[in-house]
Amino acid sequence: MSFNRSLFNFPLKMGTMIMVFVFMLGSQAFAVDPEVPEDAEAIAAGKTIFNANCRQCHKLDQNHTGPMLRGVTERRELDWAKQFIVNSQKLIQSGDAQAVALFREWNNTVMPSHEFLSDGDVLNLLAYVEYGDKVDPNAAAAAGEGGGQVGGGGGIPTEYLTLILGVLVVILLLILVVLGLIISVLTKYLKDQDLDETDKEFISQKTNYKAVLKSDAFIIIVTAIVIALVAKTAIDGLYSVGIQQGYAPKQPIAYSHELHAGQYEIPCQYCHTGVEIGKSANIPSANICMNCHTHIQNVGGKEGISPEIAKIYDAVDNNKPIEWVRIHNLPDLAYFNHSQHVKVGGIECQTCHGPIEEMEVVYQHSTLTMGWCIDCHRQTEIAAVGNEYYDKLVQLHADSKDALRVKDIGGLECAKCHY
Amino acid sequence: MKENKKTYWKGLEQLTNDPEFIKNADKEFPDYLPINQNTDGSASRRDFLKMMGFSIAAASLAACEAPIRKAIPYVNKPVDINPSIPNYYATTFASGGDYASIVVKTREGRPIKIEGNTLSPITKGGVNAIVEASVLTLYDKQRLAGPYINGERTDWSTLDNEVSSKLRSAGNVKIVTNTILSPSTEKAITALVESTGAEVITYDPISQYGILKANETFFGQSVLPTYHFDKANVIVSFGADFLGTWISPIEFAKQYSQGRKISKDRPEMSRHFQFESNLSLTGANADYRTPIKASQSGLAVLALYNFVARKAGASAAGSTNIDIPHLEKAANELWASRGKSIVVSGSNDPNVQVVINAINDLLGNTGQTINLSKPSYFRKGDDAKMNQFVADLSAGRVGGVIFYNCNPVYDHPKGEEIAASISKAKVSVSTNETMNETASLVQFVAPDHHYLESWNDFNPRKGEYSLSQPVISKLFDTRQAQESFLKWAGNEKGYYEFIQDGWKAEMFENQTEIAGFQDFWDQALYNGVYAVAEEVEEESISGGQGLSGAASAISNQYKAQSEGTELVIYQKIGIGNGTFANNPWLQELSDPITKATWDNYLTVSQKWASENNLRMSEGSTKMAQITVGGKTLTLPVLVQPGQAEGTVGLALGYGRTKAGKVGNGVGVNAYSLLDISKGFVNYDITEGVSIEITADSYRIAQTQTHQTFMDREYVIQEATLPEYKENPSAGRYHPEIYTDGKFVKPSKISLWKGHHYSQHHWGLAIDMNSCIGCSACSVACQVENNVAVVGKQEVLNRREMAWIRIDRYYSSAEGASSAKELEIAADNPQVTFQPMMCQHCNNAPCETVCPVAATTHSSEGLNQMTYNRCIGTRYCANNCPYKVRRFNWFKYHDNKDFSAVNVAQNDDLGKMVLNPDVTVRARGVIEKCSMCVQRIQAGKLTAKRERRKIKDGEINVACAVACPTDAIVFGDMNDPDSKITNMLKIEENTTSATKEVNEERAYHVIEYLNVSPNVWYFTKIRNKDKSEA
Repeated sequence: MSFNRSLFNFPLKMGTMIMVFVFMLGSQAFAVDPEVPEDAEAIAAGKTIFNANCRQCHKLDQNHTGPMLRGVTERRELDWAKQFIVNSQKLIQSGDAQAVALFREWNNTVMPSHEFLSDGDVLNLLAYVEYGDKVDPNAAAAAGEGGGQVGGGGGIPTEYLTLILGVLVVILLLILVVLGLIISVLTKYLKDQDLDETDKEFISQKTNYKAVLKSDAFIIIVTAIVIALVAKTAIDGLYSVGIQQGYAPKQPIAYSHELHAGQYEIPCQYCHTGVEIGKSANIPSANICMNCHTHIQNVGGKEGISPEIAKIYDAVDNNKPIEWVRIHNLPDLAYFNHSQHVKVGGIECQTCHGPIEEMEVVYQHSTLTMGWCIDCHRQTEIAAVGNEYYDKLVQLHADSKDALRVKDIGGLECAKCHY
Repeated sequence: MKENKKTYWKGLEQLTNDPEFIKNADKEFPDYLPINQNTDGSASRRDFLKMMGFSIAAASLAACEAPIRKAIPYVNKPVDINPSIPNYYATTFASGGDYASIVVKTREGRPIKIEGNTLSPITKGGVNAIVEASVLTLYDKQRLAGPYINGERTDWSTLDNEVSSKLRSAGNVKIVTNTILSPSTEKAITALVESTGAEVITYDPISQYGILKANETFFGQSVLPTYHFDKANVIVSFGADFLGTWISPIEFAKQYSQGRKISKDRPEMSRHFQFESNLSLTGANADYRTPIKASQSGLAVLALYNFVARKAGASAAGSTNIDIPHLEKAANELWASRGKSIVVSGSNDPNVQVVINAINDLLGNTGQTINLSKPSYFRKGDDAKMNQFVADLSAGRVGGVIFYNCNPVYDHPKGEEIAASISKAKVSVSTNETMNETASLVQFVAPDHHYLESWNDFNPRKGEYSLSQPVISKLFDTRQAQESFLKWAGNEKGYYEFIQDGWKAEMFENQTEIAGFQDFWDQALYNGVYAVAEEVEEESISGGQGLSGAASAISNQYKAQSEGTELVIYQKIGIGNGTFANNPWLQELSDPITKATWDNYLTVSQKWASENNLRMSEGSTKMAQITVGGKTLTLPVLVQPGQAEGTVGLALGYGRTKAGKVGNGVGVNAYSLLDISKGFVNYDITEGVSIEITADSYRIAQTQTHQTFMDREYVIQEATLPEYKENPSAGRYHPEIYTDGKFVKPSKISLWKGHHYSQHHWGLAIDMNSCIGCSACSVACQVENNVAVVGKQEVLNRREMAWIRIDRYYSSAEGASSAKELEIAADNPQVTFQPMMCQHCNNAPCETVCPVAATTHSSEGLNQMTYNRCIGTRYCANNCPYKVRRFNWFKYHDNKDFSAVNVAQNDDLGKMVLNPDVTVRARGVIEKCSMCVQRIQAGKLTAKRERRKIKDGEINVACAVACPTDAIVFGDMNDPDSKITNMLKIEENTTSATKEVNEERAYHVIEYLNVSPNVWYFTKIRNKDKSEA
């Protein structure tokens, strides 16, 4: 879970802000709304709804594309929450202060409407959100806090570590001060005593800082610290080699996903035709662009042909393909197939590619490291319902309390991706 | 349980326990490791500086950003082509008369793999090594990029103008060609013939003129019959290598295997007698093999006739005074299986073939196993006409000559004479794809498309047609030869329309099933094959002409006893007639019999070797000079067990001079030794052969003794048919291990915890009775899995990379310590072929020793090899009891040291053939059979996408697909209905890795180690009489 910070690239302060926000709201309500059912049936029904509609953007105990959900009825009025779930845009447009604030805070990400959900459905959903799949609080906390590492696992979370170190430093400083005080008191006392020459000399001697600086011990300590710092920087640097998260090269055509996928809501598969049938999602060929751009020659109602759209015409007229710059580069030794994830697994494009419908310029949203892949394979449940291929696996897994996840059917094995 | 007391040996050095062999046999890797290419072997100051430079470069490289990579889509994406999704097209492989109906896999428009077309009634989905490898010839840089006039590049219109006018004025134009199977090509040539008055001369590098001539004499029809080895209970072959190289080997191998499949329900199999001089692939599979001298072969056939005639009450023909072991027995059994037996001969002597016809006629096989009413057209070459052409050409009587995709300068016995006199013709044209030996001597070269770029049709057999379609647009500025012919004849029509016109008039009009021509054409093209529905009229073909003449000629020409050395010229399964000699996959394919790569050589008997003081070990041998009729060749000698005494063998197809950088200068050209003095091309040189051994030593790159099992026994388990009938587990070795006071099966004691496979449990079942050793699987694996070619020197260094190898074991009743015993043991050993690849052990020794967990076990029973994790300790290879792991000693791709041999991974064109779903391995990692995990994953994904279970057979591994005899069966052992489950008789279908297999013949190699492989072998059953086991 620790990969989420890097995955979604939210600055640390965002987390702090949310915490403050949650704290403020927390003063309004202190417990789960009693109207939310607690029975297992409702939770199970809610889980189905959650998996079908919410899972792509929300998690129970963590922020994701949208905020973490558990405790929502503690933070908000139940009615408000219901309205927001069913149609958030309506609520936002009505000018509801909470809704508008939330919308702004989450980068104006539009949550789809769920008008098809009945009141009972929403309650079931909230039942799952509040009571379902509870994680051991310690583990959840540890996982939630351990940001900053790329696919790192386990260990003491860094923030705890900092705290412990800070306390230690303070204690050590206190000891230093106390020792200094003791020395000065002792010196004062001794000066008043009648002492022989050597002792006097000893007491009145000044600390020779130059000698300290030149001492072997000092040099060794300083050198060791420098080496350790350099080594840490080098190792951190090496870990980031080849990771192109955030890579957003200039493309030959200033194509905007924000406009096409976001504003006009053109389904991804309209252009990326291979995504459900093959390994490659396919960069659309120019003739797909021409399906619309035969008619649409400029943006924003302007006259004439837009220079960017003219590049498509140029490519088609001269039979010269458009040379897009590849953003997501997997190494040759890793085999990745889009159709397995999108068609079979039912994963949304945004899960890996991020809020593509908001990207004016596409950037690499995920790290695309093996740790990132594996983490997802550990957590993701198999979309086995209605797929006969998985019948036997589901049957054999029936005794287990945990859901059937990719890891349970060999999703962590080498030859699933390397051959 | 009867233990198998036979001695099995891979090579003579193992039989004699040669110290050199023993030294190497105990080691997975040889001691000499010339990794360091410095001559002095120590690191120099320069190396140190290089290392420094490398470190700095590596450090700075790590600091920069990854290079910009482009993603370039189509401008206008073709509807059927989706990146990463393969397309399959049915087409036809034909080279001269060699034929196979195939399906080509293309990725992003590039052909990358060839598989058999199961719809074909002839090849039935089978392929051989040459067909599999032919996809690489498409990407051969040696191919001509456009037309040439006198060695200068030109354009097509210039060439067309000059050729058309010159052909018309040349007078006496000859069109020289190998067998043409295509009716439309024949029509196009006819158009040219009509406009220029040319004459067509057909010859074949591997001539079957003898059969054509004999059938003309005997039956009055100059055709090849259709053979049915599947319908024969008794097969007798005199030197015909019908499983390897004779006429239509893919078809015959498929048929032959039908008669060799054996089970408890059908405990019967065909019995196969072979009488031959060289140990051929077919001979290696025979139940009774008798080495005979070439000079005896005619008499042997005649003697068989007389034996059969005596039974039939017919009169004897000619006089035979010859005693050949097993011949009378063969006659008796043939007689007992009248109408269900077959006798064939590889001889090109028409007289011998007449007698063969007479034998089959007496046995009532004509019309049963040998069908002349549905003749085959695989060979049409006329040796006599070709001889006349050569004479005319050198006398200057030929005005113009067109060589249509043939290379007589190289592959005709009078090649030198042709080379010297081509210039005497006023105009000479070639349509060869490369500047080969012939094309480099003509004035005009009008290069043809590769067959994968061409439209064509074929008529390999009466009533059977097939089509070929381009699976890639032309790579170079070439043009189909047929189109050239039409153009030169003044016909401007494209060849595609020309074929369609022909089909419309002949096939479409004569059928009623499909109404529109386009539908009809599309259907035929989709299937790749088309059969003309014809009324079955049992043409009774009777013959009997010319027997007495043939018999007396044989009595005169062949001798029961002869003193001199005889040379028998044969073909190897990889190189064949030499057309594809520039294909490194075929050059490196180790010959299934000699296990030699990258060479041809004289095969000699052990007796000859000991007489000449030759001791061969680990490929080290001496050079010899062979002189035939004044021509001398210098070549290495290879001691071949089973070689008939007094004979030596030599393979065709080598010694190319203008094949390309791979094939040039490999071996010697044996075509020049062939004898055509009797009017036909004679491959048996019985007179005037002298061999002199020289002092020069030489090393042949043999793989036979590499990867030995280190004296572990029970690798091969075999029985005879009578033993099998009595006890289905005959020949099986059931190891038991003593523990806690009793003997138990090895599987009961284990160091490992064992696995559970909840979904799939992939496995292979290999029937050693069906495996004929043809090595199609080896090449198929090489193509599918991007296996590197390493070249001769690296093979000598024991570093070949093949993932699947055919282990060839000889067996004899006794071992040998003295030279005399060695001769006896090696005189005529039995041969067993065993395909060996990673056994995907459930208790895998390799997995246990890998320090970095680079080789691990999957939840589907596969032993996975992760290249990017491997650090190259090679512990796994050392610990593998099957010796199937290969180490990348070098970076074989993008490395100029290997660019000459490993073309598929080095030049930009050759790389097009690589399978994009399989990683090209880097230096320093281990690789091995993955059980085609990329195919398994693809098959699973298809099933998942379609939300269904996997159907048995929809996933298949490359070796099993290629196998023409269906000896390799792949499947899911957890699926109760799969073929493999039924074959192995796995009763209780659990998820446990250790399956209870009830098939008596199934065994694990080296079972007592209890490594629990997922590959099962079926015992070899020989159809021998009980007493002769």
